[in-house]
Order: sequence, then C-alpha cells, then structure tokens
Amino acid sequence: MSREARAAEIVPCPDGPILVRGDVQILDEAGEPVPRRRATVALCRCGASAIKPYCDGTHKAIGFTAP
Amino acid sequence: MKLPLPRGPLSRATIDLVRSSVDAAPARGLAVHAQDAVAASDDLAVDDDLQLALYVMYELAYRGFDGVDDDWEWDPRVIEGRRVLERAYERELRARVEVPDDVAPTRSDVAAALFTMTAPTPGPSVARYVAKRATRAQLEEFLVLRSVYQLKEADPHTWAIPRLTGGAKAALVEIQADEYGGGAADRMHCALFARTMRGAGLDDEYGAYVEQVPAVVLAALNVMSLFGMNRRLRGATAGHLAAFEMTSSLPNRLYGDGFRRHGFDAATTLYFDEHVEADAVHEQIAGRDLAGGLVRQEPELCQDVLFGAASCLWLDERVGAHALHAWTAGRSALRVEP
Repeated sequence: MSREARAAEIVPCPDGPILVRGDVQILDEAGEPVPRRRATVALCRCGASAIKPYCDGTHKAIGFTAP
Repeated sequence: MKLPLPRGPLSRATIDLVRSSVDAAPARGLAVHAQDAVAASDDLAVDDDLQLALYVMYELAYRGFDGVDDDWEWDPRVIEGRRVLERAYERELRARVEVPDDVAPTRSDVAAALFTMTAPTPGPSVARYVAKRATRAQLEEFLVLRSVYQLKEADPHTWAIPRLTGGAKAALVEIQADEYGGGAADRMHCALFARTMRGAGLDDEYGAYVEQVPAVVLAALNVMSLFGMNRRLRGATAGHLAAFEMTSSLPNRLYGDGFRRHGFDAATTLYFDEHVEADAVHEQIAGRDLAGGLVRQEPELCQDVLFGAASCLWLDERVGAHALHAWTAGRSALRVEP
C-alpha cells in the first residue's frame, strides 16, 4: 500500500462493540491473523456474537450493558 | 432497463411522456396528472400508479431507461410532477409516522433514541419466517422484492454526501465506501446481491423484476430517493440510513439461515453473511457519527433525523406485513399483473 496507513483508533461504543480503525492486526488465540475484510471492524464485547471476534449485533438482543 | 408498463393514468402519462423525444413532446407537463393521482389516493404508500410514476421519475437520475432520452432527468415537465408527488408523499409520511418529540439534539441522545426506536422485538417477522418456514419459491419472491433496491444498494443515500460536512460527511463516506466494497467491484453489496440472485436461479439484471414488485415496496425505495435528492431532507437521509443499518445485522443472520436451510451454497449466502458483519459496524457509525454528528453540527435537523428513521421503520414494517400476510395465507407476495 503506497498510502500511509491510518493510525490505530479504538472506540468503545456505549453498550455495544469496540470499533477498530487503522493499522491494527487482529490475531486469534493461536497468534494467527483473523481475516479482516473491511477498513473498520467492530469487535464483540458482549461475548454472544456468533462471528467472534467480530460483532453481529447480538448485544442488542440480549440487553448487554457495557461495564 | 426497460420502461415498465403503466399501472394507471399517472404512470401512463409519465411513461408516454419520457418515451417521446424531449423536443417533440407536448409542452404540458405531469403536474395535473400528479395532482389528480394524489387526490384520488387515500394511502399513497400502496398506490401502484403513483409509486410507479415516482419510481420512473427517480430512475431517470440513476440508470435511466432503454430508449429514453437522458435529458428527461431535469426536464421541467417531469420535475413539476415529481414535486407534486414528493410534497404529497412527505406530507403523508409526516402525518402517519410516529416521531419521538422528547429527544435532546445531542450526539449521544440522538444515537440512543435511534437504537431505542430500532430495538429488536419478539414476534412474527419476515426474517424469522425466512429462517424457519419459507419455501424455496418464497425465498425467490423475497429476493425479487428486495432486488429493486439491493441491485442499487447504497446509491440513494450517497446523494447526501455533498450536502454534509465535517464528521457527519466522513461518517457517511466511511459507511458508503464499505457498501461499495472498499473499492473492489466484486465486493460491492449490489454485486454480492446479484450473485445471490444468480445462485437462486434468478435474473440479476437491474430492474428485471419491477413489474412484479408491488407499490409498497416501491414506496420504501422511493422514500430513499425523496430524502436523498432533496438537500433540505439531508437529516432524514441520515436517520433513514441509521435505522436501516440498525435493523440489518440480526435479520441478515436469519435470512442466511433460511437460504442455508434450502441448501444454497456459501457464495449465495455471502450477501447475508457480509451484512451481519458489516452492518454491526455501520449501525454504530450511522447512529453516533452520522446521525448524532449531524445533529451536533445542525441541531435544527434533529426532528428530521428522527423522521427519516421513523419513515424507514414504518415502510419496512408495511413491506414486511405485506409479505408475511401473503405467504402465511399461501399466496404470492408479488404483484399480479392485471
């Protein structure tokens, strides 16, 4: 990529996921990179997503409130 | 795409007008026809003649029609009719949809109000029906009904980009860029939907199924162009997009389940799977940075943002009720050509 990578930005959404933007590598527990298909991703924070580590909106169905 | 067949006097006049050459057509425009159609209708959202006419007028600004002069897009004879229909449709929506009036014009309150308005509800829904019960033929109808929007997915909201500034503009661009596949043509959401249609054995040509799409589905599409093409309604576009994204992730999981239940492959369900992940991102950006951010910049747009969201939900519910009512009664949800 010839463009300078965007600096990492992490945004915890109220009662929702954690948005991640910029030059961040997401690894699974074995240290393998998790496929990242979009510039901005949302990481599950409620623990109930079916597509972890990404958010699938389930926090809204279970009434998750962020600590 | 081909010009559709008329569904009444207004759509007939509209189609006849744009089929003729701009220079040779009569000087009389569509305003009187439009006024007559509005006066004759007691529920504009289910008026086939009126919604099809509005669809044709708007489509001139998207891809146009085979054999139709591109100059009709801005021709006053068309625009005068469109203005009549837009005013009437907006007036009816404002009269019918419920908009909360106690939301403070702040970023966090607007986002919270939008998430409350769009909170998941139990009970029958198209998504649950598709997941558990829909027949293969009903899945095809589901795709046909959605195809008029999904084959140009994101386009109506994109009109708002030059009308916004600062953080709200950046948020809309961030969402739309993802809708357009991050710049990869085969990842554009409209392209993924076309792949799903082909996987289900359907025609993925733009506009191929317009004849079979009933008024209420066109109404849900036309409202996006109404909001998107009028700068005055940029707040409503932001609210509409936020509500659309906030009611997408969970249903798309269920849509995908319905297609997997019928044995469709991963390429066919990719569109739905992509939306589960993408719209969980988009809803956060749309609620806080786009809708909330816009209200922070322009607090006077707060009610329009909520109106746009409420209109999206009201029309979506009517489309869903139409389909569920037909399917549970063993009837087709598609329009039967008279």
